[in-house]
Amino acid sequence: MNESAVKQKSGAKKESVWGAYLFLLIVICIYLVLLLFDFDRTFSAVQFSLGMLKKLLPILGLVSCFMFLNNLFVKPSWVKNHVGHDSGWKGVIIAVIGGTLSMGPIYVWYGILQELQKKGMRTSLIASFLYARSVKPQLLPLMIYYFGWLYALVLVFYLLIFSVLNGFVTERMMRS
Amino acid sequence: MNSKAKQGESVDFSTSLKKTAKMLFRVFPNIVAVVLLSGLIMKFVPMNRLSEFLGGGFFTDGLVGTGIGSISIGNPLVSYVLGGEMLDQGVSLMAVTALLVSWVTVGSIQLPAEIQTFGARFALLRNGLSFVFALIIAFLVLLTMQFLTS
Repeated sequence: MNESAVKQKSGAKKESVWGAYLFLLIVICIYLVLLLFDFDRTFSAVQFSLGMLKKLLPILGLVSCFMFLNNLFVKPSWVKNHVGHDSGWKGVIIAVIGGTLSMGPIYVWYGILQELQKKGMRTSLIASFLYARSVKPQLLPLMIYYFGWLYALVLVFYLLIFSVLNGFVTERMMRS
Repeated sequence: MNSKAKQGESVDFSTSLKKTAKMLFRVFPNIVAVVLLSGLIMKFVPMNRLSEFLGGGFFTDGLVGTGIGSISIGNPLVSYVLGGEMLDQGVSLMAVTALLVSWVTVGSIQLPAEIQTFGARFALLRNGLSFVFALIIAFLVLLTMQFLTS
């Protein structure tokens, strides 16, 4: 109970939005400096980034819907029961399957995970979710094509094991 | 559960919408910044010449593979193509596996965004562990493959 109170306090500390804008400002400054030295390549990086953002928009839309539904329907008591501190192996399985099935870049999921953390999601399960994103079922046929089915199977097996381990060790080290 | 907690659990439509908008406002600059950084990496780091850094010893190759994967960004599909080419060029399976794993588990480019969201301790620990785990997984995959194919 005390631990979750401490976590909520630290969560409140992380609320500041200005750090994110400062990060963006620094990146924009890097671009401005690079534009002076290598205009063509920097301009092509801007175009590449804009294209990437365009591709990201549908995923961001989907994640926004998840966020909205999470805010509307997912109650803290549900989070505590299913992915909270006492969720046990059920929570681990939910986090690993959720991470494996989640789409798009990792940073798109930070917001929703932060909200779930505030509602009581266990730190180890956040780390497990993020690590399990390394398993990409949709890209498995391509991995088999390049490296063979045996290699793909062995790698996926270890990635799943280590996603659980990563969560467990991260949480342990956070406590110490 | 006390009444205050119960009250906190019921959220109506407009409050949910406001909360979501607030969250997006908080997350969006991070996403744009990471995408812009990715653009720089993709245009300024010659991905097709990365294999030139490999070819040392067993452990060194693993370490370099993990290092390259950690600073790389983009669809994992790119890492498969790159890894496949590297294998054809004679780069060790250890290095290629380390690259594939760290590509998707270690996020140096999105680290500032992760620190912003979850705090420095969590982000650094998680990514540091992922770096070490990439090396361990590469080694284990190599051992398992040798065992299964021998």
